[in-house]
Amino acid sequence: MPISRLFIANRGEIAVRIVRAARELGITTIQAYSEGDTEMLAVKQADESICIGPAPSKDSYLNIKAVMAAIKQTNADAVHPGYGFLSESPEFARAVEAAGVTFIGPSAATIERMGDKVEARKAAEAAGVPVVPGSKGRVENVDDAARVAKSVGYPVMIKAAAGGGGRGIRVAENEEQLRKLAPQAQNEAASAFGDGGLYLERAVRSPRHIEVQIIGDGTNAVHCYERECSLQRRRQKVWEEAGAVCLDAQTRETLCASAVALAKAVNYRGAGTLEYLYDEASNEFFFIEMNTRIQVEHPVSEMITGVDLVQEMIKVCGGAPLSMTQEDITRNGHAIEVRINAEDPLMQFMPWPGKLGKMSFPEGEGIRIDHFLYEGYQVPPFYDSLLGKVIVHADTRAAAIAKLKTTLRAITLEGLKTTIPLHLALADDVSVQEGAFHTQWLEPWLEAGKLQSAATTGGAS
Amino acid sequence: MADIQSPLPGTFFHKPSPEEAPFKVTGDTVAAGDTIGLVEVMKTFIEVKAETAGTFKGYSVDDAAPVTAGQTLATLGD
Repeated sequence: MPISRLFIANRGEIAVRIVRAARELGITTIQAYSEGDTEMLAVKQADESICIGPAPSKDSYLNIKAVMAAIKQTNADAVHPGYGFLSESPEFARAVEAAGVTFIGPSAATIERMGDKVEARKAAEAAGVPVVPGSKGRVENVDDAARVAKSVGYPVMIKAAAGGGGRGIRVAENEEQLRKLAPQAQNEAASAFGDGGLYLERAVRSPRHIEVQIIGDGTNAVHCYERECSLQRRRQKVWEEAGAVCLDAQTRETLCASAVALAKAVNYRGAGTLEYLYDEASNEFFFIEMNTRIQVEHPVSEMITGVDLVQEMIKVCGGAPLSMTQEDITRNGHAIEVRINAEDPLMQFMPWPGKLGKMSFPEGEGIRIDHFLYEGYQVPPFYDSLLGKVIVHADTRAAAIAKLKTTLRAITLEGLKTTIPLHLALADDVSVQEGAFHTQWLEPWLEAGKLQSAATTGGAS
Repeated sequence: MADIQSPLPGTFFHKPSPEEAPFKVTGDTVAAGDTIGLVEVMKTFIEVKAETAGTFKGYSVDDAAPVTAGQTLATLGD
């Protein structure tokens, strides 16, 4: 049944993005908001809006009872959960399903299954998707460990089977080291946990974070190529690209095909992302987890493929078959997204929930800015610091970086501190320009004071 | 008497975590630099510190209450 009244159970820039997609599909939008969000842009833009509770998330955006009551009260026939909040809550998806309302996402059962790391790994292995190789179970002695390590491949991580929290993890480069380290690990595990059993896993050091965007209609699934998201701080992505220039054509093809195989195997419906670790040295990728929702960085995939992922997920979850085949989806040029957060990067990323004065954003070919700001807006302190995203697209990666710099320099956001100086400094960094980075790169770069030195030499004007 | 004000808007907490005791109770001696509470702002916890020494006279707002920048959170006596 086609969707006519879409309830948006989220806030911030993604709520604005969903309002736009729904409007273009001729769907009436109903925006949920907390008492701390009465002035937010999506409330002003949506056709209707409804308050779902006090400012703290647990009393509003995370309160399933309150959200369900608002869905019923507004006669919504579909719910878009956005990202974060209740987007990957099987309990919420189940409540929506039970109310006879369409959930813009996969079934509660799929969310539950793919949200469980062990189950997701099993599903991936069954679909032929590579996972980080490891011992099938416990390893009891050194000869066993050496045999397993040979099949898993060096370097290997030696962990206590009963352990956790990174305690006692050792890395062996070869069998000689393994034979020395395994007994130590066994003794330590036995004294710390009363259990000398070990577990071996391939050590993927300095990996890249590469993910594949997929979209399915419950029967069929396609991919919209990969994203490179290795620049992270405190496990939060800072800068994202499509595509990953470190991949050769064959690896890209195999990677993306593996994601589609898993999506089809679980009869995936909606937009989803499969996250992988990529070991550049060995040219191997390993599935780590699946996100069963739209992601913050989806625009870079939209920019290189021309696919509107938010519209498409609304359509397929409303019961339509995918509107495109894999052959219809082609890559064009390179896109970069940077996250504009209300934080002062020169003051240990101190949050800065200020009031916005004068605002201006540049416009032009290949420039897209997704945000929820307007002049006079007081950024509320109750939620995360994401104000918006600057997305640029150009023929080549180098041209995209150049466009990113001119775009960022032309932005005016008076009264706020933002992460724009960080992105300007990154754009000027030689390693970033060469694409030579991994998930462990940005934090040491910051600790080495590279941002401060870039700021004082005028690199980040 | 000295007021301790919130450096940022956010949510003010009397305790380091929900299971723990408040940072200060009325009558406690406070040294300059002592943490008297936390303000949660954009999912980050900022410590609120006393700028002067004194005797704790009590919190001015409830635990887990929303606060604005500059709002008085607690008072100190001589």
